[in-house]
Amino acid sequence: MARRDRLSGNEAVAEALRQINPDVFPAFPITPSTEIPQYFASFVANGKVDTEFIPVESEHSSMSAAIGASAAGARALTATSSCGLAFMWEELYIAASNRLPLALALVNRALSGPININCDHSDSMGARDSGWIQMYAENNQEAYDNMVQAFRISEHKDVKLPIMICQDGFITSHAVENIELLEDEEVRSFVGEYKPENYLLNPDCPMAVGPYSVTDYYMEAKRNQAEGMRHVEQVVLDIAKEFAELSGREYGLFEAYRLEDAERAVVMIGSAAGTTKDAIDRLREKGEKVGLLKIRLYRPFPADAIAEALKNVKAVAVMDRAEGYSNHGGPLGADVMAALFRARSTALAANIIYGLGGRDVRVEDMEQVFEDLQTMIDQNDAGETYRYMGLRE
Amino acid sequence: MAYNFKETMNKPERLAPGHRMCAGCGGTIAVRNVLRGLHEGDKAVIGNATGCLEVSTFTYPYTSWQDSYIHNAFENAGSTLSGVEGAYKALKRKGKLDATYKFITFGGDGGTYDIGLQSLSGAMERNHDMVYVCYDNGAYMNTGIQRSSATPMYADTTTTPVGSQSNGKPQNRKDLASVIAAHDIPYVAQTTFVQNFKDLHIKAEKAIYTPGAAFLNIMAPCPRGWRYNTPDIMEICKLGVETCYWPLFEVVEGKWILNYEPKHKKPIEEFLRPQGRFKHLFKKGNEYLLEAFQKEVDRRWEELLFRCSR
Amino acid sequence: MATDISKLGLKAKWQDLTEGMIIAGAGTSAEFNTGEWSSVKPVFIEENCRQCLLCVPVCPDSCIPVQDKKRAEFDYDHCKGCGICVKACPFGAITMEGVN
Repeated sequence: MARRDRLSGNEAVAEALRQINPDVFPAFPITPSTEIPQYFASFVANGKVDTEFIPVESEHSSMSAAIGASAAGARALTATSSCGLAFMWEELYIAASNRLPLALALVNRALSGPININCDHSDSMGARDSGWIQMYAENNQEAYDNMVQAFRISEHKDVKLPIMICQDGFITSHAVENIELLEDEEVRSFVGEYKPENYLLNPDCPMAVGPYSVTDYYMEAKRNQAEGMRHVEQVVLDIAKEFAELSGREYGLFEAYRLEDAERAVVMIGSAAGTTKDAIDRLREKGEKVGLLKIRLYRPFPADAIAEALKNVKAVAVMDRAEGYSNHGGPLGADVMAALFRARSTALAANIIYGLGGRDVRVEDMEQVFEDLQTMIDQNDAGETYRYMGLRE
Repeated sequence: MAYNFKETMNKPERLAPGHRMCAGCGGTIAVRNVLRGLHEGDKAVIGNATGCLEVSTFTYPYTSWQDSYIHNAFENAGSTLSGVEGAYKALKRKGKLDATYKFITFGGDGGTYDIGLQSLSGAMERNHDMVYVCYDNGAYMNTGIQRSSATPMYADTTTTPVGSQSNGKPQNRKDLASVIAAHDIPYVAQTTFVQNFKDLHIKAEKAIYTPGAAFLNIMAPCPRGWRYNTPDIMEICKLGVETCYWPLFEVVEGKWILNYEPKHKKPIEEFLRPQGRFKHLFKKGNEYLLEAFQKEVDRRWEELLFRCSR
Repeated sequence: MATDISKLGLKAKWQDLTEGMIIAGAGTSAEFNTGEWSSVKPVFIEENCRQCLLCVPVCPDSCIPVQDKKRAEFDYDHCKGCGICVKACPFGAITMEGVN
């Protein structure tokens, strides 16, 4: 019973949240995610949800309140971007180490400084080691679909970890696209009731959360936490399967686009994948064997599956929409190259920094990347493995 | 509200022993007596800013709390409990919860006056139905007695050490109760440990059962940081009140009420002398520091009398 | 269901820890003995006690149990010997070495 509509990415996520009708939503405005709490506040004001919406005084407090609400036994979430996420940094670790299911609608934006409101992934990449599940979208449809699946993954008994649902600031958050929505009832029964085992407001048994842990426990506590993460890949696939039965839209850990026989591949995250697909289609028409691996699940990192998907490529460009300042490239580059190394891949690989602070990515740019990959193959040398794309120099 | 001391003492203990606060700590005296303000049968969720109280009362796997308890971080006890209270409202509205809960959060002066001020201010301004209790011992005691904005003038702390060029903390302490009163919340009170704890108990009960946000500022001496003879805590608190250093007052719906006025205001020296952190004030030649301290106490006391229309 | 903390000793394996390090239940610190912290302890002289209970609220360690509005013997498993109760007693019913 799908409904066709035209929505921006922010509207699409807000619409998913209206359908989910969470218990608590603390939020603080920051461009470009502001619209999500704005739309949601209007749902509250008009009785379309019975969520407790808490307009807090900072992002640190929005995440703190979300943690309090989740620990209390509520289904909670917040939304933010850029410096807002950075301000939450401490709280991200606490949410994850407390094994609290909760969601964060992240609209990716460059971190300051200089201050810039446009898209890159420096905000969420800074949080990649915080213990959160991170899932990315190429377009509005994916942002919506990921949000509908978010709580099922986060609240799963084998997982119990917070989840970040990311989309690209402005590029998807503000651009209006055709979208297919599920019916309210379909979403509600898919997401289901949240029934935690232990929670603060359990009248039958109190709970204490957030202990001081001496050295004798700390390392065991961290390993215990990692166990939840180890279950995520399977849970994501299981939930995606159920979602496909409902929606007809299929999702995996990543999307392999014309990758099967590809000799040259690009690995990337987010909206620029759409541009890359256009470049691939053009090149394929000319008979070139090029493909794309678009990351959906970035944390945990499905390294084995990615290495397997790339096993036949001769050259790969890993595109990072964030600097890592390691002098060797960005975070996705490091993860993909480590995966290839562990799989004893012989592919030539370069890491390309692109799209910082909203810098445009054109189809021609991506065609050039594939051409550069061909040069690497021809010369049997990756050359400079840490490059910039779209930079004036 | 009537106060029956023996009945109050007969209530079940809501802070279990076995916590690791120092011997003679004022913090847990404050906690025990605030929690006695809860009516029997009412449940509570207790919040806690990082500090001595937190690391000592929930050292895995030992919790001293008989009620549900959440520690999140240092600077966000206000917003964390905002979320818990928000969850309570939502679950009640959705018919998922029957029991009555009250929400009380504890923070030291570091977590309240300083790093947690924004989060506290937000929680108070939004008027969540919660009580924020500051157990004010006038320094960052958990990390080893560093000055806070609650530290009194001239106190010798590890970040305002007395030396050839220093008389201790140069600044006056922040008047946080006034700052919170300026949020125009339903209930603000300042108290400490005096006599049979009637003042503290009544204020705790009012704070807990007044709908909306409430703030309690409780002077809770720290024997290590203040360097007084540990068994003398009640005497120290009494002197704090009798010298008008720590007046007992309430602000109810914006109206300032003085709860106690000493017949003969004692000189501030009597409060300062038993405390090692003020030892340097009693050296020959430092009389002017005592005078300055007295002047500041007098100024604030007069200001309070004016606010209370006395 | 309340957490069984007897399985959470310092040698517990990572698999045995509670998820998120939460403790379901309450008051488990009663199983931690702080009475060992000092050798000097207050002594309760029952015949001097008039059950005024002024010693009860001043104890930082919840070590003066009250039942039927009467105090009982100190909880020496947890009393840290701070001496505050000695000073709070108007009737000389509590004594402790070193406290006048």
